Amino acid sequence: MSLGKARPYIMIFPAILVFTLFFLYPIGYMIYLSFHDWNFISPDKNYVGFENFAVLLKDAKFMQVLQNTFIYSALTVSLTISISLMLALWLNRKGTMYGFVQGAIFSPHIISLVSISMLWMWLMDTDYGLLNWFLNLFGITNVPWLTDPKTSLLSLIIVAVWKGIGYYTLIFIAGLQSIPQDIYEAAALDDTSKVRTFLKLTLPMLSPTLFFLTIIGLIGSFQVFETIAIMTGGGPINSTNTIVYYIYENGFRFFKIGYASTAGVLLLGIIGVFTILYFRLLSRKVHYQ
Amino acid sequence: MAEIRLENVVKRFNEDEVVKNLDLTIADGSFTVIVGPSGCGKSTTLRMIAGLESPTSGDIWIGDQCVTNVEPGKRNIAMVFQNYALYPTMTVRKNIEFGLVNKKVPKVEREALIQEISDIVGLTEHLDKKPQQLSGGQRQRVALARAMVKKPKVFILDEPLSNLDAKLRGQMRRELIQLHKRLGTTFVYVTHDQVEAMSMGDQIILLNKGVVQQVDSPMNMYHDPNNVFTAEFIGTPAMNILERERLEIFLPSLLECVRYVGFKPEHAHISAEMEKMPDHLVMKSEIITTETLGAETIYTVVNQAGTMNIKSFAEPITDTQKVYIAIPFDHLYFFDEKEQRIRAAGDKNIETPKPAMAGGA
Repeated sequence: MSLGKARPYIMIFPAILVFTLFFLYPIGYMIYLSFHDWNFISPDKNYVGFENFAVLLKDAKFMQVLQNTFIYSALTVSLTISISLMLALWLNRKGTMYGFVQGAIFSPHIISLVSISMLWMWLMDTDYGLLNWFLNLFGITNVPWLTDPKTSLLSLIIVAVWKGIGYYTLIFIAGLQSIPQDIYEAAALDDTSKVRTFLKLTLPMLSPTLFFLTIIGLIGSFQVFETIAIMTGGGPINSTNTIVYYIYENGFRFFKIGYASTAGVLLLGIIGVFTILYFRLLSRKVHYQ
Repeated sequence: MAEIRLENVVKRFNEDEVVKNLDLTIADGSFTVIVGPSGCGKSTTLRMIAGLESPTSGDIWIGDQCVTNVEPGKRNIAMVFQNYALYPTMTVRKNIEFGLVNKKVPKVEREALIQEISDIVGLTEHLDKKPQQLSGGQRQRVALARAMVKKPKVFILDEPLSNLDAKLRGQMRRELIQLHKRLGTTFVYVTHDQVEAMSMGDQIILLNKGVVQQVDSPMNMYHDPNNVFTAEFIGTPAMNILERERLEIFLPSLLECVRYVGFKPEHAHISAEMEKMPDHLVMKSEIITTETLGAETIYTVVNQAGTMNIKSFAEPITDTQKVYIAIPFDHLYFFDEKEQRIRAAGDKNIETPKPAMAGGA
């Protein structure tokens, strides 16, 4: 075979083709659309330059969407990570009970988000929900979980955390088990307190896992859609509207494709910046063996 | 400094009795080596002294304190692990300092101690490196420094040299001996390598299947083994143990109680010519392999009594395979059917010392 220099390119051509068709082309097309005014049906796309961007950044509704998304992501990721880390520390041992608990908290991960949303809509129902029934037992009056702008975003965060902890815990346990046991023995001989052992040994050794989970958690929660679409529809009063739902609303309900694409470009930028920032700054402080 | 005492210590893992009723005294300031084959319970014993395992029953004393239920960190001991067990996320300095910070030693004092110890083990220029950047030997030194800096009453070393290459191992062996002399602290050292045990220990504890076989100085262990196990474990090559039945053609007049006869490889004379040797066990043999090590030669020979190793300091025999080996009667060791040594003076076990020459077909 004498394909010469072309050989490696021929080898990766299928992968390049798939990547171009399903990643590069849509991204490029989205950027192209963001400079146009288009209603999805008409054959004409009117070039509008940066007008979509100007409108988007001045749109008070979109600013709230951005704020919602940031709050949602920050709280979801930090709560999921801290709760799963505590669970992992507790569950990282042998025994039927620990195995059962681990399986139980993992099960939400394999259920579809639509079913989960339906389930939680019932649980969080103001008048007939199980949560409020339970709170009533303690004399707490009905909480309007999904129907009050003050609690609606938090309710969605609770659902996301509930769904996420099983998977996060599993990854954390795997991380904990990869830490060699003898350094804990050395620490015991050094008369190290439990807190110091956790802060100085466990946490730094877990940093690759923490880093990984933070990244995928942030990227995932920036793209939250299903629970919002089913449970709140972005409401009440825009209180649970997030970027992806906003894109969907504008694109496929108001048929402002150009405007929706502009928000998409912005989301791409935000996630891109996050990824770069994390890899640049945090990876230096992370311990890889 | 402190003496270590184990009283009726038993350790079971589920049904498995790993350490059986161990009674031991490790003298203050000694370099005691616990040696034995894999799975003999030596590491478990060491870990019980360290407090990383607790005994199923029995008591452990360090000095005049019963430490059976004392946490590892409160026993005033330091341990060097086989895999070093350095804290991977910390620099060498932080690794050494870690235990001192826990003990709330003031910073100035810590700095001085780290300087002093890293000078001793030759780590001064590596203090700000992480363990991954160091070679195996340097990591071992960090582990040693981390142990030394705590100024413990007892040093515990769990096969610390087994991950090093042969040359470095020899060097570290000598350094550890010097270190022990310098510190004068009790060292408890676990190894499966009898060469390490012989060369480093002033007291050797030989374990097999959780039972002490012999506690003795290296030279006594070598020259005066209690049983077949010790005889076959200590020495390179180890003692040749021959069964009575196969020896009877050479030694027809062994006492009734003798079941095994042993001799050390270096106590046998080997020569191509048969000489008249009274009071010797002489066997006509054939050389199977010859290992020339320079100063000495190790032959593996076979004869009607079995296969055996002979160590000779004479010029290697190259021109023939047929040789005679001769062992003086007073260098024979005798063991009974329980493989225990019969210590009655060597040749008393042979009623009429008559070196038979059967087998010389």
